[in-house]
Amino acid sequence: MTAATAKKPMTKGARLRKRRNNLAGLAFISPWLFGLLVFTSIPMLYSLYLSFTKFDGLGDPKWYGLNNYINMFQDGVFWKSVGITFQYVFILVPLRLSAALGVAMVLASNHRGIGLYRTVYYIPSLLSGSVAIAIIWSKLFGTDGAINGILTMMLGRPMTYNWVGEPATALYSLILLGCWHFGSSMLIFVSGLKQIPQSYYEAALIDGASPWQRFSRITLPMLTPVIFFNLVMGIINAFKAFSEALIITDGGPMNRTMLFALYIYKQGFTYFKMGYACAMSWVLLLIISVFSIFVFKSSDGWVHYEE
Amino acid sequence: MMQSIKPRMSRRTIRSGVIFHTLAVLFGVIMIYPLVWMVASSLKPNEEVFTTVTSLIPSRVVWHNYVEGWQSAGRYTYATYFKNSFIIAIFSTIGGVASSSLVAFAFARIPFAGRKACFAILMGTMLLPAQVLLIPQYIMFKSMGWINTFLPIIIPQFCGVPFFIFLNIQFMRGVPRELDEAAEMDGCGWLKKYTMILLPLSKPSLITSAIFAFYWSWQEFLGPLIYLSKPRMYPLSIALKMFSDPSTQTNWSGLFAMTTLSIVPVLLVFMFFQKYLVEGVATTGMKN
Repeated sequence: MTAATAKKPMTKGARLRKRRNNLAGLAFISPWLFGLLVFTSIPMLYSLYLSFTKFDGLGDPKWYGLNNYINMFQDGVFWKSVGITFQYVFILVPLRLSAALGVAMVLASNHRGIGLYRTVYYIPSLLSGSVAIAIIWSKLFGTDGAINGILTMMLGRPMTYNWVGEPATALYSLILLGCWHFGSSMLIFVSGLKQIPQSYYEAALIDGASPWQRFSRITLPMLTPVIFFNLVMGIINAFKAFSEALIITDGGPMNRTMLFALYIYKQGFTYFKMGYACAMSWVLLLIISVFSIFVFKSSDGWVHYEE
Repeated sequence: MMQSIKPRMSRRTIRSGVIFHTLAVLFGVIMIYPLVWMVASSLKPNEEVFTTVTSLIPSRVVWHNYVEGWQSAGRYTYATYFKNSFIIAIFSTIGGVASSSLVAFAFARIPFAGRKACFAILMGTMLLPAQVLLIPQYIMFKSMGWINTFLPIIIPQFCGVPFFIFLNIQFMRGVPRELDEAAEMDGCGWLKKYTMILLPLSKPSLITSAIFAFYWSWQEFLGPLIYLSKPRMYPLSIALKMFSDPSTQTNWSGLFAMTTLSIVPVLLVFMFFQKYLVEGVATTGMKN
């Protein structure tokens, strides 16, 4: 890194300098180190301990061995919740990414007014996680909501289907809300597209490459680092999705939208089974880690970094 | 993309332009529809909100919804909830941005022992779901007597936010090192280098972090939901959630007036700092 790491025996000055650097580094990162210890590491260890106890949040935690983890396997709602979360993540993430990429490609053209369109498409992303939007969503897709109103006009017969209240569609209304926030990925794609040298396309045109070939042989490979970033962030955020499900459907109907993060919250703060909730949160962490590692490992095979 | 290569405005490019703009506007209308519907509903007479649900133009504009919505919120008015949201947002933003910038400087510039390991841990914590920390943190803050105060929400921000640290590291790495070296010639230590050179030069990433910090803390839901149970302490997010219960809420236009007001600060910040935000979002995905 610096001259100080060289193998030669250090002079007094260099040693002093190294020590000063270590002290300065420590001083500058101390807020973060403190937070890492007090607000992250200790709570994590405590959570691991609690996951082996029975604890209602008031009395003392009682040792419960592996029972929380065993109970999980017999908890039907737990399994349902895992399945629904996977459904949510694996429909939402590819859908949102393709929407973001598709719109970004259209917006990379040289038409006038592109900036305005980009702004308008991006605005919903500002409001991801907003309670106001969740409330609006539940009303838009409710029995007497605007979606039914529009469908009534288009189909010519009265529609009173409760999109957020029926088991068949409740989860998809949440997925649609997630897709609505495609703007930040879109912006990242737009700037990624702008970094692809125009000369590649010109060369491809001369060679007579079709639009599809230009897309699959130039655009897509060149974008893989950006796709990778969006994919990782998208998966992690989707696994953590919580407030939309709590506000719009509260996990219902029939637990059809009981996303994993919401179920943890309910076990902990509605039923006060805090030991059980901690055990589940460790399972969530395990699942996210497995997927992150999988995506990172697989990235060697499909992500192309330009040297 | 390909239109740019063609030099002349042929009939075909004009036609493709018309098609493009028609589709782009149509898509924009769909994207913005929920927001327009919310604003329109906030101005309708209450009984019309769901009877003329598709109409975006109120039969008469009822500004009074905003007054009624403001006041019909339990024992308190929305003044309390706005005030609480602003307190949380302002302190979280200041704490998050200031500490993240300090920490980022160490990672970007100072060659201290263990820097690589610390950086790996930092990136790891970005992936950590808040749910894992939810219960132990709650118990910890409860034993400290911090329940029903803003402290559990604000104080952790003062320890730096991984995403903002990362954003600032990326930006500081782009600042030419010659500037540091020149400062070193003048006998400046690390603190001086930070305050005199990198802090002022990293203004763009500071602003980007500040915007995100404001958005996240303004819309923060999970923390207040757990730590604040007294209505006096509710921020907007919790107040809106509490008053949106279909079994008790009847004044929907008043509620929509308040949801509209709640996103006004978000849109204002966007209008004024759009450039920083758009560039900030774009760079996060690019440089790693």
